[in-house]
Amino acid sequence: MVETMAETKDKTTIVLFSGDLDKAIAAFIIANGAAAYDHEVTIFFTFWGLNTLRKDELVKTNKGILEKAFGWMMPRGAKRLGLSKMNFAGMGPKMIKHVMKKHNALTLPQLIELAQEQGVKLVACTMTMDLLGLQQEELIDGLEYAGVAAYLGDASNGKVNLFI
Amino acid sequence: METNITVDTKGMACPMPIVKAKKALDGLQSGQIMEVLSTDKGSVNDFQAWVKQTKHELIKHEEENGVYKFYVRKI
Repeated sequence: MVETMAETKDKTTIVLFSGDLDKAIAAFIIANGAAAYDHEVTIFFTFWGLNTLRKDELVKTNKGILEKAFGWMMPRGAKRLGLSKMNFAGMGPKMIKHVMKKHNALTLPQLIELAQEQGVKLVACTMTMDLLGLQQEELIDGLEYAGVAAYLGDASNGKVNLFI
Repeated sequence: METNITVDTKGMACPMPIVKAKKALDGLQSGQIMEVLSTDKGSVNDFQAWVKQTKHELIKHEEENGVYKFYVRKI
């Protein structure tokens, strides 16, 4: 028991509540950094943060009118998120992507891929998926699905816990 | 200094230097030395913190014409 405790890795958990591009980028940079720190990393996606995980393409689903409306109004995937500041009706994200490319910073889709490659656990909150009418088929592969208890299970042993 | 691997992260932005370094270090054996090249101005503080936390040894670091060089011994 003592031996297994000693081998247990430090943990970092991040709650991504926001669906803003800049905040999602920050969350994924920290997650990738923590993975390089040899932490066990979990990002828990809830509310607008779930939009980061949506597939780019339109997925046919069987939904009610309200859920469909939510689906149309929310950004479909990491490429379509807006900025928390200076969004300028979509011009802001274009400008920041241009600047990021200039500085060799990874794009959000690249950061997500890198996180998955590094074994970062991506957890979608099932309760808010129901609220926003998002179904598993609409989200990218390789996710786990859980609720607050699973998040707290990871966070209680976490050295770094962030709400973004 | 004799090194076992060189990780070139010149031009890469945060968090790539650390991510690349971690990947390379995972492939080394205890006692081997990794050299990391970086042009990221934050990397001096980043590497000192990272090496300390991951309990490896930063043998030395230097800067030459805007390129930072780090020598890390795997523990």
